[in-house]
Amino acid sequence: MNALCLLPLGTAEEAVLEMLDRALSSRFELRVRRLNAVALPPGSFDPVRRQYEATHILHAVRAAAPDKGVTVLGVTREDLFIPMLTFVLGQAQLRGSVAVMSTARLSQQFYGLEENTGLLLQRALKEAIHELGHTFGLTHCPDRQCVMTLSNTVQQIDEKGEEYCESCNLLLTDARHLLL
Amino acid sequence: MNTPWEILVVDDEEITRESMAAWLREDGYAVMTAASGREALEKTQNREFAIYFVDLKMPKGLDGIETMMEIKKSYQNASIVIITAYATVDTAITAMKEGALEYIVKPCNPQEISLLVGRIIKVKNLERENVLLRQQLSGRYRFQDIISKNPRMQEIFTLIRDVSSLRSTVLIQGASGTGKELVARAVHFSGDRADKPFVAVSCAALAETLLESELFGHEKGSFTGAVSQKQGKFELADGGTIFLDEIGDISPKLQLDLLRVLQERSFYRVGGSEEIRVDVRVIAATHVDLGEAVRQGSFREDLYYRLNVINIRIPALRERLEDVPLLARGFIERLSHELGKDVREISEGALKRLMEYPWPGNVRELENAVERAIVTCKEHVLTESDFRFLDTPASGQNEWFIPPGLTLEELERRTIIATLDRTNGNIKEAAAQLGIDRSTLYDRIKRHGIPR
Repeated sequence: MNALCLLPLGTAEEAVLEMLDRALSSRFELRVRRLNAVALPPGSFDPVRRQYEATHILHAVRAAAPDKGVTVLGVTREDLFIPMLTFVLGQAQLRGSVAVMSTARLSQQFYGLEENTGLLLQRALKEAIHELGHTFGLTHCPDRQCVMTLSNTVQQIDEKGEEYCESCNLLLTDARHLLL
Repeated sequence: MNTPWEILVVDDEEITRESMAAWLREDGYAVMTAASGREALEKTQNREFAIYFVDLKMPKGLDGIETMMEIKKSYQNASIVIITAYATVDTAITAMKEGALEYIVKPCNPQEISLLVGRIIKVKNLERENVLLRQQLSGRYRFQDIISKNPRMQEIFTLIRDVSSLRSTVLIQGASGTGKELVARAVHFSGDRADKPFVAVSCAALAETLLESELFGHEKGSFTGAVSQKQGKFELADGGTIFLDEIGDISPKLQLDLLRVLQERSFYRVGGSEEIRVDVRVIAATHVDLGEAVRQGSFREDLYYRLNVINIRIPALRERLEDVPLLARGFIERLSHELGKDVREISEGALKRLMEYPWPGNVRELENAVERAIVTCKEHVLTESDFRFLDTPASGQNEWFIPPGLTLEELERRTIIATLDRTNGNIKEAAAQLGIDRSTLYDRIKRHGIPR
């Protein structure tokens, strides 16, 4: 990854965007650029499900990418889905340059609980690193502590760490060498 | 390194199949997609997938169930998951009856799909491991066509390898059904004569005069019925190996003839005057204790020593019961294929039963028992009940049922056939069991037109 852009989609929490800006720039040791917000594509909204279709949104994220070789992470607070599943927390292009994540289900309020900003930010960071991992070519990891482990619930997200495990790091290093 | 599992997603809606494929790829699976049943069948033509996700409703061409049934024709054990947005009990029942592994209603919880895929892949991995282990085992415990993990048999395998390229005569001793011919073949096919003829002769099956002609050939007119010259088995085996089964049954005259062949490496055809030289490796086999036969005077001592240069004694199956599971599984694999039945496994209970049985007929009896069990089995696994017939005594015709209208002639014919089956074609033994002499038995065999 040469450069990383954050793309707010529709309404995204400012606190999340600011945190991602800082944390991802530090984690990946590169400059993170915030792009101008774009609206979620109208065709991606399913009025029956009241959710937005993730694949459509990925296309929109790609369209908003400024240059080639730049990875763009779309961030939205709307709930996402793909037709086969009731929801997805995010979706990424495996070994690609675009990813999208939703904070809808990361918030305690979604579950009828009192809002916890700290928890929201922690979860958002893990999800961002997870989706970016997919753009680097990483697939789900069986190590439950690894940030690349598959997590479908917030409990699973809370249980995992923020870091890539040793095996994933090795794969990442290989991938970086191939890219250079 | 195992090849990664591949998944096929079949759905006529592009967004549905592409987004599902992307989601599964994040999980590390290689995923292919098909937009229709027809396209799915093209993709599965020479490629088997670990899991097939098939949408039920595909308006054009084959629907989900039809697609599934077509896939199952090529891959009987295919793991097919039918997906539908329209949940009805009828379609669910139809899908499962036609062979779907699972039936899921979309949209479904990501956790549900993850667990389902994980479960199916786990079973696939176990199946793959099982196949590999079996291949390894059969490789480790298989020598030519002989399967055994028994230490004595393993020593025999070593001995076979050591003697396979020698010219020395081999005498194989073992009870009926222990695989004497298999061992003889293993000796031949492991050695430098492997590409030359292997000729087997059953010395018990033929009358003396016929056996002489069978072994040494005959000249035209040498006896009634000798309408032309015939090459004997020794000539046919020239350069290779002759296997003389049931050597303990041959007459004193033939013992002498055989001794001459072993000494001179030449013989005369019946009625012939020309000496015929051959380069033949002789392997003989018998269930008789030849040493004892020598002591009793029914077998020539000089011939015995000529034959018994290399001795291979095959243990009875009851002395190597640890081979029963290996053998049973090997028979299941071969016989279920030959019989066109989908029997894949044998239960622990059935194996235990087999290990408790004394197997007087040895490996041949085990093979027959497995074949019988497969024929009558209604499931994919042989269980104890499929071997219930072993509980009856081995000489086992408890059902002594005389059908109405059975003539004496037919009764005699059936009795002779049953006795010959029981003695594996051994005329001498069959005649003894029937209480008649051999020539009478030959006569009856000819009269009833009983085939050899």
